[in-house]
Amino acid sequence: MEEKELGEVILRMEGITKEYQMGEEVSVVLKGINLEVRRGEFLAVLGPSGSGKSTLMNIIGCLDTPTSGSYWLHGNLIADEDEASLAQIRNKEIGFIFQSFYLLQRQDAFQNVELPLIYANMPERKRRTRVEEMLTRVGLEDKMFHFPNQLSGGQQQRVAIARAIATNPTILLADEPTGALDQKTGLQVMELFHELNNEGRTIIMITHDSKIASHASRIVRILDGDISEGGLEDA
Amino acid sequence: MLNLGILRQSFTMSLQNIKSNKMRSFLTMLGIVIGVAAVIALITIVQSVADNVMGQFSQLGAGTISIIAGASPTKAGLTDKDIETLRNVDGVEAIAPTASMTTKAIVDGEEYNVSVEGKDTIYFYRNPDIITAGRALQGVDMSGDTNVCIVDQNFIKKTMLGKEVIGSEILIHGYHYTIVGIRENDTSLTSYFSDTSKMAGTIMVPYRNVLHMSGSWYISNADVYLKDGADSTQIESGLRATLKNLYNENDDYFSVINMESLMTMMDSVKAMLSTMLGGIASIALLVGGIGIMNMMLVSVTERTKEIGLRKAMGAEPSRIQMQFLIESVVLSMIGGLIGVGVGLGIAYVASILMDTVFAISGGAIALGVGFSAAVGIIFGWVPAKRASELNPIDALRAE
Repeated sequence: MEEKELGEVILRMEGITKEYQMGEEVSVVLKGINLEVRRGEFLAVLGPSGSGKSTLMNIIGCLDTPTSGSYWLHGNLIADEDEASLAQIRNKEIGFIFQSFYLLQRQDAFQNVELPLIYANMPERKRRTRVEEMLTRVGLEDKMFHFPNQLSGGQQQRVAIARAIATNPTILLADEPTGALDQKTGLQVMELFHELNNEGRTIIMITHDSKIASHASRIVRILDGDISEGGLEDA
Repeated sequence: MLNLGILRQSFTMSLQNIKSNKMRSFLTMLGIVIGVAAVIALITIVQSVADNVMGQFSQLGAGTISIIAGASPTKAGLTDKDIETLRNVDGVEAIAPTASMTTKAIVDGEEYNVSVEGKDTIYFYRNPDIITAGRALQGVDMSGDTNVCIVDQNFIKKTMLGKEVIGSEILIHGYHYTIVGIRENDTSLTSYFSDTSKMAGTIMVPYRNVLHMSGSWYISNADVYLKDGADSTQIESGLRATLKNLYNENDDYFSVINMESLMTMMDSVKAMLSTMLGGIASIALLVGGIGIMNMMLVSVTERTKEIGLRKAMGAEPSRIQMQFLIESVVLSMIGGLIGVGVGLGIAYVASILMDTVFAISGGAIALGVGFSAAVGIIFGWVPAKRASELNPIDALRAE
């Protein structure tokens, strides 16, 4: 893998913990995570189910806030924000890519990609150009007005990727992005990830699959709420 | 916070949701449709029936009391002298007696059954608008031997259509009469009490002429005109007392109809009906609203994942709430508009069946549309609030 020039630190976590009250007992899911991600990195967070990787992803994605510790994203400290502010941060900073795509079934590809731009209050004309650009970028310029059920799994995931990059977020946050795809289509999606990364986009990919994780330029492992740097050779 | 894009998207999305669940949406809307249709139809029908009846009442003139004098075993009706006595009741300004009979009239050799009404000049003085051509009956006609008459449109239509009317001679009860005037058809309340369906029309003559022709000296009804500012209820009881006295303390054979108290009664009946209909309507709309709330709650549950996704994409809670509120308002407004259409349709058919004037009540339509919008907001509020408060993580994970 070729070495790339990395940019400044855009994500920093210091001593992030997350605890849930389960009746009498307190369950500790994250035990003080320290993590730094630089602009332009392609990071895989590798861990089995139950390791706390989903919770970590929710905190990175500003869907959840930590019990303690500090989380800086793009220079902003994400503390106890209210729902509305978190929503705006997600809109601006995070592009989500999910295992099962999560496209709105009654909306066509165009409208699905348009969604985050509407929430960003982008004017309509600018929005249209942007959506067309994004769908062209993922190679679906001829499927703009197809509905999800008229698209293959790979195509649906590409619509979801177009949607994720539409607001030009700081981080692309992908949760098992190939989990619902066959091997060949999964590889195509990984290729697209590489291209986006080469264009300078920062990608954080959560996965339990070390083969998929190997596409990343850096891998961290998460196990029982602890994080450790480590290549595949430790697996 | 909110821009047109999100409003329009919410609007088109709600239409899509309504369309993609046609049956469910239809059944949900049905409550609102029925509620609003019932309000519109009933209010419109009550309004036009009431207007109709009121119109007939007011043709007799507000501030008028009518006396209908029947024949008792001892008294066949009112005499001229009785009329004089009644005129002396406190507050009475004038009394216009009417003597009626049914007889045959001969026009151009053809014989017709007609209703003949003998009227006094006071009647024409008080109702100057009823004469549409020619002249009214005047004081000089009232001696009892001047044979002039006024015919109504029904009579002209049935006996002498297209011919010169004023100045023509006809035979009434064997006597020669000259037509001096034309009047509108009588649609007043008293004409409802007399069966005129077999008649070729109504002819008005000086009232003494009727007494002559019928060979009777009795007057069957009279209109009482009141002095300005007089209390109609008091005069009504004064008239009753006098009539009871004239009828030898027997009050079974005459009636006194006070237009003013009838109008007041009609008004209160109308107000009561409107309140009652309002109550029924609120119940119907409440039921419709509960239907909408139910469907919206189901919709929120079904679309939990969609809500989670929208939140992940950056939708603030207020936008989610707005989207679901718009959906619920669109749903109930569509129901409301259909209801207005159906209601007006029913009212229109009813107006044809009841032979009343069909009048669209703008107030009722505004009420229907306004109510359905209000129902949408009120009953959509809880589901929309619930949607907006969903935790995005749980929502995304929902099955």
